[in-house]
This record gives sequence, structure tokens and C-alpha cells, in this order.
Amino acid sequence: MAELIIISTLNGVLYGMLLFLMASGLTLIFSMMGVLNFAHASFYMLGAFLGFQISQWAGFIPAIILAPIIAGGLGALIERYGLRTVHKHGHVAELLFTFGLAFIIEETIQMIWGKLAVDYRVPSFLDFSAFTVYATNYPAYKAFMLLFSIAIFVGLIFLLTRTRAGLIIQASLTHPNMVGMLGHNVPRVFMMVFGLGTSLAAIAGAIAGAAFVTQSNMAALLGPILFVVVVVGGLGSLWGAFVASLLIGLLQTFAIASDWSLSKFLGSSYTPASGTILYDVWTVTIAQIGPILPYLLLVLVLVFRPTGLFGTRDT
Amino acid sequence: MKWQMPKKLFGLAAAGLVAGAGYLALPQKSEAQSGTIRIAYVDPLSGPMAGIGDAGLKNFQYILEEINAKGGANGKKLEIVPFDNKLNAQETIVQVQKAIDDGIRIITQGNGTAFAIAISEFVTKYNERNPGKEVIYLNYAAVDPILTNAKCSYWHFRWDANTEQKMAAITAFLKDRKDVKKMYLINQDYAFGQGVRDLALKMLKERRPDIEIVGNELHPLAKITDFAPYIAKIKASGADSVITGNWGSDIALLIKAAADAGLQVNFFTFYAGGTGGPTAIKQANLANRVFAVGEGFANIEHKASQDFEKGLRAKYKVGLFYPRGVNQMRMLAEAINKTKSEDPKKIAAALEGMKFEVFNGGQGEMRASDHQFMQPLYMASFGPLKAGQPFDEENTGWGWSIAGKVDPKDTDVPTTCKMNRPS
Repeated sequence: MAELIIISTLNGVLYGMLLFLMASGLTLIFSMMGVLNFAHASFYMLGAFLGFQISQWAGFIPAIILAPIIAGGLGALIERYGLRTVHKHGHVAELLFTFGLAFIIEETIQMIWGKLAVDYRVPSFLDFSAFTVYATNYPAYKAFMLLFSIAIFVGLIFLLTRTRAGLIIQASLTHPNMVGMLGHNVPRVFMMVFGLGTSLAAIAGAIAGAAFVTQSNMAALLGPILFVVVVVGGLGSLWGAFVASLLIGLLQTFAIASDWSLSKFLGSSYTPASGTILYDVWTVTIAQIGPILPYLLLVLVLVFRPTGLFGTRDT
Repeated sequence: MKWQMPKKLFGLAAAGLVAGAGYLALPQKSEAQSGTIRIAYVDPLSGPMAGIGDAGLKNFQYILEEINAKGGANGKKLEIVPFDNKLNAQETIVQVQKAIDDGIRIITQGNGTAFAIAISEFVTKYNERNPGKEVIYLNYAAVDPILTNAKCSYWHFRWDANTEQKMAAITAFLKDRKDVKKMYLINQDYAFGQGVRDLALKMLKERRPDIEIVGNELHPLAKITDFAPYIAKIKASGADSVITGNWGSDIALLIKAAADAGLQVNFFTFYAGGTGGPTAIKQANLANRVFAVGEGFANIEHKASQDFEKGLRAKYKVGLFYPRGVNQMRMLAEAINKTKSEDPKKIAAALEGMKFEVFNGGQGEMRASDHQFMQPLYMASFGPLKAGQPFDEENTGWGWSIAGKVDPKDTDVPTTCKMNRPS
């Protein structure tokens, strides 16, 4: 049991940290523009494919450095020459713009790399087991992913709270006019934040792609859960995104590990006839409903705490 | 006389209209007469299961090339035309309709029972409404027993052994494996996976009541990218063996996660041989501990099939995952040659009850009562190549060895099919 708990915690925290890398960018962009970026998960996918391609040419280390830079640069350009123009026409236009962008990125990726999964592998120097918990190996690559994403998290917090650039970003998020009056180029700050947000998603893609599967539907698989994270955490709140990411990561992992069902909980005092709907409800395990738990959480949060866990404004 | 003219004119006009309609339909007709017999391949060619769909397409292309090189069917060449169903029931029907609109009257599909049922029902209805334009559905891999039982159709033919037959083969094999004591079931959460689970529970109880079921898991189909949480649970359960019907990326990723966690158990699978599976098994170092049930494997000592395998690998760089696909297409060609007709109605009549020497040797028969192909089945295990075994998989240096053979009489499960035959 202890083994299951430790391993599940490790798995859950890792999944949570990956979610956070993506959700942090999404939530920053939201606080800046007030619009959810539907194409955010597409930059995660783009990061994975760029990571794969660069690792083929130059190796893994250059891949995880260059992929986020390229994707971030692309994100900044899209903000500068796309979103900024669309911004004049209001939020709906922006929303539709990012919505269309997601499809364009997906189709482009399919055109370049095809519809099949590409063979993006864990680099050989990280392909061993780092340590053993009781009898379960923990792969070195996963340990690397965990440490790497924690390092990025710490770096991000440092950047936003301890540097001059971070202070200007924070100020621009809440008081853009004031910051502009003080002589800072607020549109450029927005462009940089958009670039930073997309490159964070691309980092997540570049490191997760090698461990899991890199293919053209990975954005669609991850997109919905990202929105759950930012809404549960509170739109625009970095800490909220962090807590919600870990919460959802752990929730999903522990749900899978659990075998609880109504029939187990209530004992065998009553068993509905097999084949009826009630029987299905009675015997369905938490593991089976695990995938919908985050969405259940989303609904509950919207009903009981519309601002999210750490948010300040209504969703 | 006077008032007969308009009638004649009317008749002429009607004839003109018919001719016009015929003219509009001409492009399709001319294609149908252009010397190829086209078969629509409706399977996932994008999304998580695209790897399987793509390998299957290559398998069929080579199978047809081989048949065409031997003269084709009725002097015409067979051609496979891919349609991407995106692993979606709605899209499957759209694509089947598209194929029919395009003048194709032979459909083949295999991945996903839900989609197979959709096609079977669609084709059956279509044929009722369009007599003279019947469409036939050749199923090479959708294995839910329901397709040849409660929902059987005269227009559906299945070449793969169904879940019940495969589970009968696995449990027959387990009879002599006394080292298996604690079993964990993990399957995809839809009709097929639930079927595998139910049959495993039922048949293990009959044949190995001493085996303890320590876990029974269903997970979403083609949505999991990291099976680590499931592997942790299997480990915690103390299982020594796993039965799974997982296919496509779901089996490859399951074994990959087992490899990462260092889980050492036996895997009794339906489809561990699929794309990515062999690589993961090698990585997990599970020598001779992963088993698959199937109608044929590359290393079976049988010259004709090994020659075929060599040719396929040389040309498409993939192994033959569908020996049943060879049986299917060869039998189709034989049915067309025998009836000297491309009419699906005549083809179906010829296929029903057809006896056939199967790809890997041995006698097979398309059972007339439910259109389920009866054939010898094998249990194979995956490990380092032994002397005299020519084929490894995915360049791992490991290959499949036969661990047991099950004759058709042992998988001769009864059917409840009451078939409506066209008059």
C-alpha cells in the first residue's frame, strides 16, 4: 500500500507539474488580454514536434532549448501581427482567432510530420532507472522531467517577483494604462508575455513528447484539461494554476489507484440485478470515472466558487 | 392515334431522362468497368490508432499485389482504397457512404467493434433498400461475438477469430500453466474490452477456478498517454499475470509503462504484436513472458507463408499483422473467380460455407450459420530469436515463437445467429 501511495504521488506530481507548465502560460495570457487562448495546447504539441525534429538533427539537449525558443518566437510574432490587430474588434474576434489558430497549427503539423506518431524517444543517457521504491523502478527521465519542471517553476516565480521585467509585467497585467504613462512599451510587454507563455507550453511538449506519445492529436487530448486547471485555480492566478495543476494531477492518479465503488462502500447488503443501469452505477469504480473527475471539479468550482481557488475576478 | 403520340413522346422523354441520369452516373460506371475491382478500407488513418490503420493498409496493399501478380480476380486487378474513419462511428458511416457513392461495393474494416456494428447495420439496411446494388462487408479484425450472434448479418463476414474463440484459446493454454496464480484484468472501456473482461472471468472460473482475480480494470479507449498509474496498481495487487484485450497504442503504451516501472509479470494478450508492442516488450525485458493469440505468426514453419512474409518486409518494411487479411482477400478473389461475377450478392453466396487452405497451413471454413471463419489458432510468446527462426519484429532481434496450437474444434463456440438470407 505504501508503495502504491508513493508511486502514485510521484506520478501525480509529475503530471501536475506538466499541467502547470502549460497552465501558467495560459493563465498569464488570460490575465493580460482577458481572453482564453484556445491554441495554447497547440503550442505544447508544436513544442513536442519541434523537439523531435531538432533532436533528430542535433540531439536532445539542443532540442529542449531550441524548441521552446522557436515556438515562443512564433507565439510572439502571432501576437504582434495577428492578435494585436484582431484585438481592436473585441474579445469574440480574439477568441475565434485563437480557435482558428489551433486548427491551422494542427493541420500544419499533420502536413509536415504526418498523422502517425513520430518516434520521439527518451535520450539514451537518461534511459535508465533512477531509483527503486520498494520494487518499482522510477525512470531517470521522469525524475529529470520532474526536476526540470520544478526548476522552471522556481525560475518563473523569481522572474515575476524579483526582477524589474517581472515587476513591469505584473504591473502591466493590472494597470496597463499607468505603466504606459510611465513610459514603458506595454504592447511590447504583452508580446513578450505571449511569447513566454507559448514557450512554456512548448517546453512541456518538448520534454513530455519523448516520454509519452508525440502525435498530431496530443493537443486535442490535453486542451480541455488545461481550461479546467485555469478555471479551478482562478483565471489569471499563477499560484492558483500551480495548486490546481497539482490537485488535478494527484486527483487523476489516485482515482486510478483506487478501487472504491458504491457496492464496496455500502457492503453487500444490497445488490441490484445485473444488467440494469443501477447495477452499473453500483459497481462502477472510481478508477473508471477518474477521467471525468476534473470536469466534475470544474462544475463544482463554478457553482460554489466562481472566482476559482485563488482568483479575484469572476469567470 | 392522335392521343398516342404524347404518350410516345412522354416515353421518349422518360428514356431521355433515364439516359441523362445514366450519363451523370457514367464516371462511376466507367471506373467500375476500367479493369479494377475496388475495395474500400475504412479504418483510422489519423489520431492515436493511426499506426495500426496504416500498417493494416500496407498489409492489404501487399496482399492485393500478390493476388494481382497471380492474375487477380476474374482477369481484373484488385485495388484497396483507403478511407479515414478517424476512429469515430459517425465518420465511419460517412466514409462508407462516400465509398458507395464512389461506386465501391466491397467494404473492409477491422478496428473497433462499435464501428463494425455500425457498418454491418448500415450495409444491411442499404441492401434492403437498394436491391441489385448490394454492398458486402468483409470484417478482418472486429471481434465482438455479437457480430456473429445477436446482430449477425448475411452481408457481414468475419475472418478473425472472435473474442470468445480467442479467450477459449488463452484459457485452454492456461490450463497447463500452473505457475499462474494471481490474474489481473485490464481492458479498454467499451463493448470489446468489457466483452474480454466478462469472458475472461467466465472462462477462468470454468477452466482454472484456482486462479485468483486480483484486479479488474477498465480504462478509456485511446486516451491514456501514460499508463504508469495503472502499472503501479497492478504491482500493488501482487498479480503474477495480466490478461488484456488492449490493441493499438493502448497495448504498446501499457507495456512501455510496465518496462519503465520494471514490472515483471506474464501478459496474455490479444494484440501485443501490433505497432510499438514488440519494441516495448524488448525494452521491458520480458523474454517469453508476453503471449499473443492469433491465427498466424511469422515464424511458423510453413514455406509459402514465410516467402510471403519476406516479400512484404522487403517492400513495405512492416511485418504481416493480418494473416487473416490474406485469407480474406484470397477467398474474395476465389469467390469472384468461381462465380465469374463482381456482384456482391453472388460473392456472398460463394463465400458462405467456403472451405479454404489458410495462410499458415491447415483447413479453414467460413461457417455458413453465422459467417464466422473457423481456423486453427496459435498462442505465441515473444523473446530472443531461436535457431532457425528467420523473422524478428521492429528490429528488436526478438521474435514470436509458437507456444501452443488450438484446433478449430476447440474454439467451435455455438452461435445464436438467426440469419435473414435474401430471397
